[in-house]
Amino acid sequence: MNAAALPKRTTAGSQAGGFCGHCGEPDDGGTGPASCIHRRCGELMALEPPRYCPSCRRRMKVQVTPLGWSAECSRHGVLVP
Amino acid sequence: MTIQANAPTSENTSKNTGDANTTEARYEILDTARRQVLEDGIGLTQEQLVEVLRLPDEALPAALQLAHEVRLKHCGEDVEVEGIISIKTGGCPEDCHFCSQSGLFDSPVRGVWLDIPELVNAAKETAATGATEFCIVAAVRGPDIKLMNQIKFAIDRINEAVDINIACSLGMLTQRQVDQLAEWGVHRYNHNLETARSYFPEVVTTHSYEERLETCNMVKAAGMELCCGALIGMGETLEQRAELAAQLAALEPHEVPLNFLNPRPGTPLENQGIMDGRDALRAIAAFRLAMPRTVLRYAGGRELTLGDLGTREGLLGGINAVIVGNYLTTLGRPATADLNLLVELNMPIKELQKTL
Repeated sequence: MNAAALPKRTTAGSQAGGFCGHCGEPDDGGTGPASCIHRRCGELMALEPPRYCPSCRRRMKVQVTPLGWSAECSRHGVLVP
Repeated sequence: MTIQANAPTSENTSKNTGDANTTEARYEILDTARRQVLEDGIGLTQEQLVEVLRLPDEALPAALQLAHEVRLKHCGEDVEVEGIISIKTGGCPEDCHFCSQSGLFDSPVRGVWLDIPELVNAAKETAATGATEFCIVAAVRGPDIKLMNQIKFAIDRINEAVDINIACSLGMLTQRQVDQLAEWGVHRYNHNLETARSYFPEVVTTHSYEERLETCNMVKAAGMELCCGALIGMGETLEQRAELAAQLAALEPHEVPLNFLNPRPGTPLENQGIMDGRDALRAIAAFRLAMPRTVLRYAGGRELTLGDLGTREGLLGGINAVIVGNYLTTLGRPATADLNLLVELNMPIKELQKTL
């Protein structure tokens, strides 16, 4: 990936009010009926990197390495653990 | 399964009478395996493996203990640690029904190419964990000239930067490509059978079992070590699981990575349930008893299927290698968790010995 020009963000603080990194659906931040679904998504994301940008739900380019991962949104930059 | 005269019947097992240790349950297939596999070093047959896979839960500790003894006797106490990385992710033209990297499914995985500096950095990080193996994987039917050139460049750069064995997994190969990889110093090549011959058409339709075997046989003939694995929990029967173990044993691979299905969104197997952990442990014991001398590696899906406790039981039940850290598109346990577990279990990590 050539994402040097894009800002790097961490997963911390990138979830509330945006989109679920696992399924790409709106994340209600724990206040609506979808919360229980996203709780399952959250559990699954313990063992997988986000695939959808939490800001715009674009599918991200994800590179997994033995000791880390990065996920690049063409609009919002690179997400790292 | 035949139970010896001094053993409880299926209606009178430890489920009803208490702990298996107190009832001294004995199972004929395990007695047979002790003589045949542990003492004589001859793997169980397909029919015998079905018996192992059908053992009741109360016989599982004894099966794992025997598999562990077999592993210690025929492989030694070392554990081989490996890191894997995808150099080309997604967009594969094949339709392996378990794989999120197929371009034929509506999977959230996007196509990505890894650049060489990042690849070299990952090799360095992997070596720093104590790993002796670094496997470069591409989601392709087989490599084209562009990918082969990249692999050659990557091998040279990694060898300049770090001392680690390089393995590759690039799909189906031509004889010329096999020869090139061997010449470039790739000491091990991964190409999985994935499932039993009888179940393969249910899982893959874009290439045949025979095509897979062809690549495996060419790799062995060229002098590279063959890494040929299994993915279980895809809906195959116990008989087909035994068939797969027997077919792998017949191929005599140097290494067998054992994967457990992690159902991926968008794939045809996305709604397949995660297999029962006890069945996974029975499979580990059975694969070890089928192949007493092979490197039997924990690979993808073990975190979901087995959890922390099961991971430990498998390492004490026939497993003698692990993939450390993450997989190709999913994450594994923290590398430190597995490495600390090996220390706790007094299992030394195999030292680097370049084979080519």
